[in-house]
Amino acid sequence: MNAHAVGGMPEITYNFAYLDEQTKRMIRRAILKAIAVPGYQVPFAAREMPMPYGWGTGGVQVTAAVLGPKDVLKVIDQGADDTTNAVAIRGFFEKTARVATTTSAVEATVIQTRHRIPETPLAEHQILVYQVPIPEPLRFLEPRETETRQLHALAEYGLMHVKLYEDIARHGHIATTYAYPVEVAGRYVMDPSPIPKFDNPKLDDCPALQLFGAGREKRIYAIPPYTKVRSLDFEDHPFKVQRFAKPCALCAATGVYLDEVILDDKGGRMFVCSDTDYCNGRQEAGHRGEMSGASPSPQPSPPRGEGADGALNLSPPGRGRPEGPGEGTSGVPTTPSSAGDPGSAGAAPSGMTGQGSHQP
Amino acid sequence: MSVTTADTSLTSCLANGFTDPVMDGQASFRAAMWALSRPGRVEPIVANLTPPAPLNPEAAALVLALCDYETPLWLDPALARVPEVAAFLRFHTGAPIVENAAEARFALIAEPFDMPDFSDFAQGSPEFPDASATLILQVESFTGGLVLEGPGVKGRAAFGAAPLPADFIARMAANHALFPLGVDLLLAGPGGVAGLPRSVTVKEG
Repeated sequence: MNAHAVGGMPEITYNFAYLDEQTKRMIRRAILKAIAVPGYQVPFAAREMPMPYGWGTGGVQVTAAVLGPKDVLKVIDQGADDTTNAVAIRGFFEKTARVATTTSAVEATVIQTRHRIPETPLAEHQILVYQVPIPEPLRFLEPRETETRQLHALAEYGLMHVKLYEDIARHGHIATTYAYPVEVAGRYVMDPSPIPKFDNPKLDDCPALQLFGAGREKRIYAIPPYTKVRSLDFEDHPFKVQRFAKPCALCAATGVYLDEVILDDKGGRMFVCSDTDYCNGRQEAGHRGEMSGASPSPQPSPPRGEGADGALNLSPPGRGRPEGPGEGTSGVPTTPSSAGDPGSAGAAPSGMTGQGSHQP
Repeated sequence: MSVTTADTSLTSCLANGFTDPVMDGQASFRAAMWALSRPGRVEPIVANLTPPAPLNPEAAALVLALCDYETPLWLDPALARVPEVAAFLRFHTGAPIVENAAEARFALIAEPFDMPDFSDFAQGSPEFPDASATLILQVESFTGGLVLEGPGVKGRAAFGAAPLPADFIARMAANHALFPLGVDLLLAGPGGVAGLPRSVTVKEG
């Protein structure tokens, strides 16, 4: 770090992408081992970053280690490019690495993401960097690191199947709707970070390289391109993703993940694409949803008064919009998918608070 | 005059490292990262290095990008014979050069044909499979002859490099059988680097 006096005011400059070179080498070595053992969590000496734990320190360190001057960076938070967390991280790398940034999922070479995989299919030259809160999928079942490490070493994942079975015994279906455990390349069970299970199929056979960084927990893991990723399930309870009864209210897209936006205090609500880049692209291409004329803005401001249970207060800056259906907002069961998909109703009470308590 | 002589001898015995350590290091790492992510694909590596023979520029770029005081480095007999190689690597990376192959995190092998068995290097442990060695093999060419399958390979991929040990397929099969333990290979040859992580299956083409 050097300070140059410019007109009396010191201008702070940083090493390229903020981290020092030894730190980058350490992270890079961890990334190489993570790629060689898909799904295995490589311990690394995560540094303190100029942002608090829970705001994406792991993802930022991975991005800083892979980023080059020719990269084009996109940062999304719950699918949105314009929320605080995404804007702040994008600004961080504009300042410290002077890389080009974009909101386009097609133009980007490195995409850092919190809790979503873009709707636009990824390409071979792209790197998707996930922010991970709790990398250990077995942590809530077995709190001791020494034990979970043994379980991974022995590939002993019965505990996870018991958890999924208990879901079925209690709710009649697997009620896990986000951070849904996956098996990578037939060996390691991995937490895909709190992406909705809607995104799990995109993990499988993905042409892009997927890197996962957990800063507080000091773990890096990876899924190489074209790797088999299987969501855990049972023969009689196969893995299913959330479905939505209506298309996006702004761009009429179907088969995408939708966020619920509360419009008033009389039960008015709309469902819009969680992926803002995808939604904007479709609207520019002339697609119109049923409320695209009625809504004053394609990015509604955060509704106030939501999260009566305090869940919203726990979330980091960046939750510009309420959770999508399937995650449930304050336990409101009236999501469009609740009629068709049993996966949403059962998890509604736990989805938001559970997620809010351990942000990446 | 004696000062000038000393300067000349210093510059003549120590080759330059990266012109731009930050950017060249990043580019070399990215080549290695994509090489391990897409086994068998030769990723271009731009290395403006003139390391002492028999160290080749691509292998030197990988070591300069990845090694430092935390990574014990092992040199094969062909490289260990030449003191300038160790001096070059020590100066530019600070990596301790070890004689016991099992202690090394990285191994640099100039003559893969005569290389020791993979089991001589750290394999990792069931709890920490990442604590295994990365072997950097210098090759003279990337040719065909092998078929790869596994994570990172879409379907199957043709690959080959020379020279490699005569029993290379058997060695890679034994290495893969240890998964998640085992060593990972980076093959550094003219203009590029290819990766063979332990997750990959190597068969006769």
